Amino acid sequence: MRDVAVVSFAQSKSVRRETDMNEVEMLMPVVHDAVARSGIPKGQIGFTVSGSSDYLAGGPFSFVSALDAVGAWPPIVESHVEMDGAFALYEAWVKIQTGEADSALVYAFGKSSLGDVAEILTLQLDPYITAPLWPDAVSLAALQARAFLDASGKSERDLAAVAARSRRDAKKNPNAQLAGDWTVEKILAEPYLVAPLRKHDCPPISDGAAAIVLAAGDVARRACRKPAWIRGIDHRIEPHGLGLRDLARSRSTAEAGERAGVGKGAVDVAELHAPFTHQELILRDALRLDDKVAVNPSGGALAANPVMVAGLVRIGEAASRIMEGDARRAVAHATSGPCLQQNLVCVLEGDR
Amino acid sequence: MAKVVKSIETPLSLEYTHTAGRAPTRFLRGIAAGRILGQRCPECRKVYVPPRGSCPRCGVATEEEVEVTGKGTVTTFCIVRIPSDALSVDPPFTCAHVLLDGADIPFFALIQECPFDQVRMGMRVEAVWAPPAERRPTFESIRYFRPTGEPDVVVKAEGRE
Repeated sequence: MRDVAVVSFAQSKSVRRETDMNEVEMLMPVVHDAVARSGIPKGQIGFTVSGSSDYLAGGPFSFVSALDAVGAWPPIVESHVEMDGAFALYEAWVKIQTGEADSALVYAFGKSSLGDVAEILTLQLDPYITAPLWPDAVSLAALQARAFLDASGKSERDLAAVAARSRRDAKKNPNAQLAGDWTVEKILAEPYLVAPLRKHDCPPISDGAAAIVLAAGDVARRACRKPAWIRGIDHRIEPHGLGLRDLARSRSTAEAGERAGVGKGAVDVAELHAPFTHQELILRDALRLDDKVAVNPSGGALAANPVMVAGLVRIGEAASRIMEGDARRAVAHATSGPCLQQNLVCVLEGDR
Repeated sequence: MAKVVKSIETPLSLEYTHTAGRAPTRFLRGIAAGRILGQRCPECRKVYVPPRGSCPRCGVATEEEVEVTGKGTVTTFCIVRIPSDALSVDPPFTCAHVLLDGADIPFFALIQECPFDQVRMGMRVEAVWAPPAERRPTFESIRYFRPTGEPDVVVKAEGRE
């Protein structure tokens, strides 16, 4: 295996509704920032891959026009996944492992504000039986939250504690959309949105973009003083049908975490892609993270949730803790599909 | 055996509010005022009309605004014999790529006031605007292009280096 590291990360501030810039205008400064920070001349980056969704953009081939932010001349080696950018990063990592590239640009963009994102996410469901009933994303999350509370013995107070901590931590994140001081009592006094979930258990609707540059071996060492080495990365998927899996647990996260080697050493920080409070608790269990691990110091997806971007941001935030010298070993997680259907786990380490 | 279900209907509609973006907004506000505004790439110096805010070749922001006139040259064309619900013209009609003077990429336009079998590459054309009171921030503010009667020019093939 080749040593591959995150060498730079850039993201836009997440906003409720970006009415000024289109996707390309929103993405371009982020891509430029990530490439500039890597110090690798744009023309020398061996592979470019993005994550986005036409259903969010409301138009076909939005990822092709997004290339206008990158500059595809002379022609570049490029790919795209109709998934969160974290899964695009996995493709880039594989590309570098094959030896076909020594560096890669990974980016993601999403404007969740253009349509009704909770309904758009319904279209991920099986089109014959489930989707025609139009269960929206918040209702499905609530279904999962109820199953989790029942199976785990945890309470709504535990969910509120996740929300309060995320909001508080987000105060230190200049890119966060929702930050502030809320007590557990104050959150519990609020009405349900979809029981057992309250508004604070749910993510904001966000527009945003992010980019990461990966590099191998000496290219990474030249690009970054403290590269965040990817020591393990794996993703697993569970059945599509919501009734076919245990919603209270995430076996795919547990398996991906095991294969990525989460348990091989102490974890300083974990960035978990949990748009809903109960999902953080499910993921903590699946990855066997104890209370000593700082979970989502950025505020997580509860603070900023640009769909298709928030997973890549988790890898970027975890890598930043290492690149900035705050952590030596970090875990990043990204999810895709309804109720944590598919999960990616990435273990990042700094040099000893 | 039960009768096979061959199809089901699951109606689906999603509504979006798109964001034109900064550069397209400048362009659309321009044509509502009877002006055609492009943008120049700071690196390769190409002028994009309409502008999208970036140079797709160089991947950099285009910020320098360039106004061009409504005159240009047909770089390629086709004669459409299929009726179009979206266009208010009867077939056969001519669609063309028009390269406006001072611009570096052509854009798609209708050619009218000219028999369709007389349209040719290199033909000089000009924009026919909607009356000022009817101009809006949409492409329909330019109704179509018509021949200027100027001598033909040699067409620089699109995209050729």
